[in-house]
Amino acid sequence: MEGYEENDVTPAQPMDPNSVLVANNKALVTPGELIAKGVDFLPGGGTYKDAGEVRSKLLGIVRLRNDHLVSVVPLSGQYMPFSGDGVIGVVADVQISSWMVDVNAPYIAFLSLSEGVDEYVDLQKSDLTHYFDVGDVVYAKVLSVSKRKDVKLTMRDRVCRKLHGGNIMTITPAKVPRLIGKGGSMIELIKQHTGCHIIVGQNGLVWMKGEKEALAAEAVMMVERESHIDGLTDRITSFLTSQQG
Amino acid sequence: MMAEESKKLITGGRRIDGRALDEIRPMAARTGVIARANGSAQFAMGDTVAIAAVHGPREMHPKHMQDPVRAYLKYTYAMAPFATQDRVKPGPSRRSTEISDVSRQAFNSVVFLEEYPKTGIEVYVEVLQANASTRCAGINAASMALADAGIPMADLIASCSAGKVEGQIVLDVAGEEDTEGEVDLPIAYIPRRDEIALLQMDGLITLEEFKKALELAKQGCIKIHETLVDALKEKYRHIELSVSSARSEDKEDV
Amino acid sequence: MITKLDKEFIRTLARDGKRENGRRFDEFRPLKIELGYAKNAEGSALVTLGETRVLAGVKLSVGTPFADTANEGVLMVNAELGPKASPEFEAGPPSAQAIELARVIDRGIRESKCVDLEALCITPKEKVWIISVDIDPLNDGGNLMDAGGIAAIAALYNTKIPKLDEDGRPMFGTDAGRLKLRKIPVPVTIYKIGSAVVMDPDFEEAEAADARLTVTSVDGFLCAMQKGGTGNFKSDEVVRVVESAYGKAAELRSAIKDALGI
Repeated sequence: MEGYEENDVTPAQPMDPNSVLVANNKALVTPGELIAKGVDFLPGGGTYKDAGEVRSKLLGIVRLRNDHLVSVVPLSGQYMPFSGDGVIGVVADVQISSWMVDVNAPYIAFLSLSEGVDEYVDLQKSDLTHYFDVGDVVYAKVLSVSKRKDVKLTMRDRVCRKLHGGNIMTITPAKVPRLIGKGGSMIELIKQHTGCHIIVGQNGLVWMKGEKEALAAEAVMMVERESHIDGLTDRITSFLTSQQG
Repeated sequence: MMAEESKKLITGGRRIDGRALDEIRPMAARTGVIARANGSAQFAMGDTVAIAAVHGPREMHPKHMQDPVRAYLKYTYAMAPFATQDRVKPGPSRRSTEISDVSRQAFNSVVFLEEYPKTGIEVYVEVLQANASTRCAGINAASMALADAGIPMADLIASCSAGKVEGQIVLDVAGEEDTEGEVDLPIAYIPRRDEIALLQMDGLITLEEFKKALELAKQGCIKIHETLVDALKEKYRHIELSVSSARSEDKEDV
Repeated sequence: MITKLDKEFIRTLARDGKRENGRRFDEFRPLKIELGYAKNAEGSALVTLGETRVLAGVKLSVGTPFADTANEGVLMVNAELGPKASPEFEAGPPSAQAIELARVIDRGIRESKCVDLEALCITPKEKVWIISVDIDPLNDGGNLMDAGGIAAIAALYNTKIPKLDEDGRPMFGTDAGRLKLRKIPVPVTIYKIGSAVVMDPDFEEAEAADARLTVTSVDGFLCAMQKGGTGNFKSDEVVRVVESAYGKAAELRSAIKDALGI
């Protein structure tokens, strides 16, 4: 079901009379809980189908797309690398012609020389630590994830780079979409009010740099803490406004 | 001291702590009790209290235990040194090793291990206070902690024990029933699938009594399962009330 | 280790009601019991169950009783799964598998109350016999649990209690009488392979199984149970399995009695 796009509008199918949605859209469900029955419902992320019934694998929120695809958005859990994600990582090891990068996931990510550096490097003469050394922080893209979970990164994207200075904090990866906000609205709000440069990795690492780093960090924590309570944008706005000047 | 031996554990269908034969002790369940863990929970039934922490999925140690196609579920059951009347020597014992292993096997049947190849999913259970059925309380805490950690599972496992006391079949043995009782039958159960994931028994029991005890233990597990679901939802109850929840899911880089 | 193909083959056969070895689902391999196999043990038995061979030895010593059972002897069961018995086993401290084997056999013997522990008291609160049963698999051809349990009870049956000297020390090699057994607890483990349930699996079948349930029983009573494996049993399946294990144990018990000459 991966890769099923939200915008792929499937024409409405005639409903199978035996298909029933048991848990409502946006309902809170626990592992094993029945969400829908019958052939009309397809198991999306966070669910599985057993004996014709779609059930949750996770503690999370039900999302029903196009009246057919049932998925569960997790409320907790580790970041799982996905091809195309922008992530913030910390270089954990420098090898003969590659780097190993900790991306706050169950798997350490691999960055090859050719994906890491955009110039000819003579391995006989060059020291790879010159480009990235242990402890360096990078903003990279996930190039690929194999079935056996070999995670490859790339720096070959204009947004990718080594991050100098600033401050890093970690939030629950499941809350990243809330921090970014619709069309980037939430993070833009924080950037505007703090004047900080902020990069949010899909893996839950957030890098920020600027005079008001502390204020930005506080706002980020507030989003994480209160992301599921109504009126978040208003509260963040008034918090940031009250702290200004 | 000697007079106590003749003390009846069951009188008029009531047990020494006042419970009916088929009654579980009062339960308390809570999740998110250990901030540094990926998932955690505490479960109490009467005076038995267990706490569980889940770390991972993360790189599997020792490396030779790594499985290229699925995660390895590590389950460690331990007693706090002060959990019982006599101090428990820290470190694994034969008893704790066995309990850890059968509990691990029980969870293997519900966790989608193939979603995290090569990793370890580590469950650490500690009995903080023991008054019978400690492995059951541990499994109940672990069940919640795994869900709290966002580990994909087909179901929550619930666990409780039945026993035979003065010839009668009772649910959730406690106190003197544990030391003086004839039989202890702890099980772990998945209500929806009607599956037994753990079963141990010791003591002399007839086939008919066993069937009755198994049925009673299953009923207990059904009640416990409800308690686990409620406790997991409790932490996030406000989300359901929030109308505009889960509104934006845009995966955008900034 | 067995391959995925072997596993699939065994499971497919089981689904069709068959076993590679041609046995019925509830058919044990031929059982052979040799008593007194280890001469320096107070009691011993070598059990052969097809390819599976398990030696059990009983050693006695005199020691102090536990405070809460001051008038009773002490019974301990230990098992080591050494590399000699299988390439799967490793040297070193007992594995979880070895501990489980020992503890399941221990519970079967203890809970059956087949050994009169009070009869093993020499001086109340001071001196009692300590019985150590050591289970030593020589070849893991599957079903160590049942073979080990039978070896343990046969070795106990074979045990001679030594005479004590004037200072109350045991004179090993002397015979002051047999250890008396009141009952014969017999473990029967049932393995679930897909939807089939089989008894006494050989090594490959045990590896292909999803779950197992060991049921130890004596005449009229079940006395210990243990479920293992990463698969589950349906609850009605458990009841059926327990009933058939109990029935099979009665059958095995009479074979054991014949072999022991009871």
